[in-house]
Amino acid sequence: MTPLPTPSQTIGPYFGYALPHPGGGQIAPTGHPDTITVRGRVLDGHGEPVDDALLEFWQPAPDGSRAGAPGSLRRDPVGGAAIGRDGVAFTGFGRVATGADGSYVLRTLPPGGAPYLSVCVMARGLLQHLFTRVYLGEADDPLLSSLDARRRATLVAERERAGVHRFDVRLQGDGAHEETVFLAFG
Amino acid sequence: MSVSGMSVSEGPEPYRGALWRQPVNPLVVVDDPEAVELTGPVFGSADVTDLDGDLTRQRPGAPLGERITLTGRVLDRAGCPVRGQLIEIWQANAAGRYAHRRDQHHAPLDPHFTGAGRCLTDDQGRYRFTTIRPGAYPWGDHSNAWRPAHIHFSLFGAAFTQRLVTQMYFPGDPLLPLDPILQSVGDDAARQRLVAAYDPELSTPDWALGYRWDIVLGGPSATRTEGGRR
Repeated sequence: MTPLPTPSQTIGPYFGYALPHPGGGQIAPTGHPDTITVRGRVLDGHGEPVDDALLEFWQPAPDGSRAGAPGSLRRDPVGGAAIGRDGVAFTGFGRVATGADGSYVLRTLPPGGAPYLSVCVMARGLLQHLFTRVYLGEADDPLLSSLDARRRATLVAERERAGVHRFDVRLQGDGAHEETVFLAFG
Repeated sequence: MSVSGMSVSEGPEPYRGALWRQPVNPLVVVDDPEAVELTGPVFGSADVTDLDGDLTRQRPGAPLGERITLTGRVLDRAGCPVRGQLIEIWQANAAGRYAHRRDQHHAPLDPHFTGAGRCLTDDQGRYRFTTIRPGAYPWGDHSNAWRPAHIHFSLFGAAFTQRLVTQMYFPGDPLLPLDPILQSVGDDAARQRLVAAYDPELSTPDWALGYRWDIVLGGPSATRTEGGRR
């Protein structure tokens, strides 16, 4: 018999001492010349910043590998403290809590074989996490091509300057701005 | 005790979340066999030390409260064990206070308890934590609202689609039918899947009470197909 899934529950307001870890937004190896920055804010339906969201990112390595690697949240074996990555391995996983202004910063390498970063959004007041994607520019892609232009635009990061991409997550439209497209997987 | 009989009419309105944080548009279904989300991050022994699953031994002294052992299996939706994946937990202390500065509940902090732990599932998908039973605490949903004792769980599967963040409750807690957050889960059978079972076999004489809670991750994965392993 197929087991029934365990229901999701809100992450609540108090995850901050348990889930975020040092260097969580620094997927790119230290000093890597191909490093790109993805930055933005998480906003609610009033356009107000969401200051207690947690964003997780998952992506292929630049060579297209989707195997990932351990070491995103390394522990000091002596004291047990989270010390984060070793600055060399590319784990493909990032985790960033938003700041008081709802902002986040991710530094990573461009994904290989897919034009997007996968994102999981969690926040107090969300009953269940939300999936979306950051496309690093327009691309020939089955998801993008299934959306009308206004909706599609919510998934495509804006190029601020070379190597810096802006991507806001709008949990709900605020009248002036479209709600981000969120995803379900069959 | 089961939680059956909990009905919405007995308690307050189910929690609907923060109104302005809920998307209005339906989710867009991705049915792409090449989707990156069908794979997921991996964690290993560098990320988790053997002591991380024991929340009672992270400080010089022992925390106050009822010591418990919490174990179970993590399965995917095909019923196969989820192996070597990361589980993180966080919780209030025995007095019902989180080690978080936004928690201003008038209950004492415990200098010997942080309330965060993690472990990796083994080859059978099993996990194990030693901790203390958290206390109930008040919150602002409605007048005199109290959260039942619960432990927050964060889980990764073989695919990013299987990501799960949820809360585990304790059997027989009189606050269960009154909790808008538990009641936000639509049906009683699903709510029961969030309640652990007391298991005398898991209790350690003169040391700890044992609870069992199995977890099933929904969501598709690239590592399995209908016929078995890819």
